[in-house]
Amino acid sequence: METLTKAKKKTKKEKAIKINGAEAVVKSLLAEGIDLIYGYPGGAIMPVYDEFYKYQDKLHHVLTRHEQGAIHAAQGYARVSGKVGVAIATSGPGATNLITGMADAQIDSTPVVCITGQVGSNLLGTDAFQETDIVSISTPVTKWNYQITKASEIPEILAKAFYIAKSGRPGPVLIDITKDAQFGELDFEYKKCEKIRSYNPVPKMDKAQVKAAAELINKAKKPFIIFGQGVILANAEEELRELIEKADIPAASTLLGLSALPTEHEFNMGMVGMHGHYAPNVLTNECDVLIAIGMRFDDRVTGNLETYAKQAKVVHFDIDPSEIDKNVKTDVAVLGTVKETLVALNTIINQNINQKWHQEFKDLHQIEYKEIIHPEINPTKEKLTMGEVINAINNETNGEAIIVSDVGQNQMFASRYANFKQSKSVVTSGGLGTMGFSLPASIGAKLGAPSREVVAIIGDGGFQMTIQELGTIMQTKVPVKIVVLNNEFLGMVRQWQEMFFDRRYASTVMTNPEFTAIVEGYGIKAKKVSKRENLSAAVSEMIASKDSFFLEVIVEKEGNVFPMIPTGATVSDIRLK
Amino acid sequence: MKKEIYTISIYTENNLGLLNRISSIFLKRHINIESLTASSSEIENVTRLIIVASLTEESVKKVIGQIEKQIEVIKAYYHTNEESIYIQSALFKIKSNLLFDERQIQNIIKNSNAQIVTVSPEFFVIEKSGRKEEIEALYDELLPFGIMQFVRSGRISVTKEEMKISELLKKQLN
Repeated sequence: METLTKAKKKTKKEKAIKINGAEAVVKSLLAEGIDLIYGYPGGAIMPVYDEFYKYQDKLHHVLTRHEQGAIHAAQGYARVSGKVGVAIATSGPGATNLITGMADAQIDSTPVVCITGQVGSNLLGTDAFQETDIVSISTPVTKWNYQITKASEIPEILAKAFYIAKSGRPGPVLIDITKDAQFGELDFEYKKCEKIRSYNPVPKMDKAQVKAAAELINKAKKPFIIFGQGVILANAEEELRELIEKADIPAASTLLGLSALPTEHEFNMGMVGMHGHYAPNVLTNECDVLIAIGMRFDDRVTGNLETYAKQAKVVHFDIDPSEIDKNVKTDVAVLGTVKETLVALNTIINQNINQKWHQEFKDLHQIEYKEIIHPEINPTKEKLTMGEVINAINNETNGEAIIVSDVGQNQMFASRYANFKQSKSVVTSGGLGTMGFSLPASIGAKLGAPSREVVAIIGDGGFQMTIQELGTIMQTKVPVKIVVLNNEFLGMVRQWQEMFFDRRYASTVMTNPEFTAIVEGYGIKAKKVSKRENLSAAVSEMIASKDSFFLEVIVEKEGNVFPMIPTGATVSDIRLK
Repeated sequence: MKKEIYTISIYTENNLGLLNRISSIFLKRHINIESLTASSSEIENVTRLIIVASLTEESVKKVIGQIEKQIEVIKAYYHTNEESIYIQSALFKIKSNLLFDERQIQNIIKNSNAQIVTVSPEFFVIEKSGRKEEIEALYDELLPFGIMQFVRSGRISVTKEEMKISELLKKQLN
């Protein structure tokens, strides 16, 4: 009898298609349509890497030089492709090195799935080699996270991870997988996740709210739109444009909303915020209806909340209910995807021409052009300015490039002076302000949009934070163009020290190596420019290059970004100098 | 805006780590959690957390928004004391000889509607359920006699208004 049962069990086992957890990870990724991932191997994730080896014809793994590089590359990929970026690392330091990227993806709503290896479940809590409690550590910087300890959980949990990362307001998800779960066997079956009962990613649109919004907008004498990344995430660029054109409303972008509306569009008034444009900042405090679309009233946008748009009725379109009234009190809140709500709004919006209102923007823009923009791009000083470098890139790329800026002055100059013709052309670390983001993010951006030109704009400080990713570029031959604006300073901090700390330049002076020598060491073509007469030829050569290309531009040491709203000041008190 | 005591009721999937997520929402905003209770709810496999904190209404609304954003949270509510029925429980451990030597103790127990849970030769334990103030009053009365151990539970509470969690769950699944 006993032998009989045993034999029966055996046949059953043979019939079932069993794979191990590591292979299930790969099969789950493939089932989600993932063919490209970024990562770095290590002890606790080795079983999965072994499967990568076997599946290398279906799943391409980009070996970065640091786990932070892997997640920033995944972010860059997600931002330009609209797909979920995937980063993978081992336990312990591998996992903790992903944290900055998770925090960045969380605050900038980027869909990323991170997979980390973990020590065997029998070792959890024993301070084992390379054990770290990454689930606890990552909790505040992830949309969701989970530790898998059994192989059988893998398909269901990964399906959930992808669903959560990309649905609703996107964000990072971390899945930690113990080593024994990678080795363990399971019956593999993959079903995409489409619903979680406690999770309501897209709140239902309330037509009455849309109507209320339309009434306010139709009656407005001086309406003003501020749009953010929500427009890009919802693919609502056309709807935004229709609204602006139909109702004749001047519009400005947040940092992450840039490129949702072409720079040259006649109603595009530029960027709001600390280093945004003069007219939209000043007139935020003059408009009678402020229409916020897919943005979250970040403090860098609003300045002092006590004096922010107090005269205006505020209409807020967003997918995330917790953003409503978080910073700015709304008169009408319209929940739902910006696409769905703008479609509904556009059917009941009237044309509402107010030439005088548009003229106010034009007049203020003229002041900014004369005082700041013109001298920045046509400098009379000997040294090159950051603005003229960005302008030279514009001329060469015709505004078609994806600009991946780092953080600081380079970022603000890139955002202010680059032209964008199509959406998803801006990749930058907005909310978190992560220096070192640009170089690895540009790798992901190029792989996510191979047909587009990708130009990374980086300062000499940020470049050295993730400079090792030149190795990734060398190995993968991904043809990104890298521009380092070298002022031998941590420029933005230095600017603040100049303005608010009586020029006490504490630890902002940089003694730099010969960057071109380093870059050439990685086998990447490099050029250095310090004279105006050589700039445009060098930029042409860079853009014309079929391979990756590095251009270092020595710029004015103490150049400042203006206009500027000092921290805590009122938006309309924006300073021109 | 004035701070007030709010009872925050959270219906959640029973998930490891969720408490960590929720408590960090308070920590990040420097809001002290005065009491926290986790228990099963009227719905199978749904946990109910009761958190008591002192904060402004504006702040509690934002906290609720952040709590509801968590994937495993089904729904969160906030209520004032007037809007809820709530109690806490406390245990007092006291030397047994006092029960016989100090007649007054028996009166205190009787008058406060407390229960004697257990009596042994060395100590006896009384249990008192009620509002925090009632428990504190009993504590003050017993203190002069010597309290060997004292512990008070977090608040448990039900609301006067109806909570339509089952309907909500059904709706979200369809």
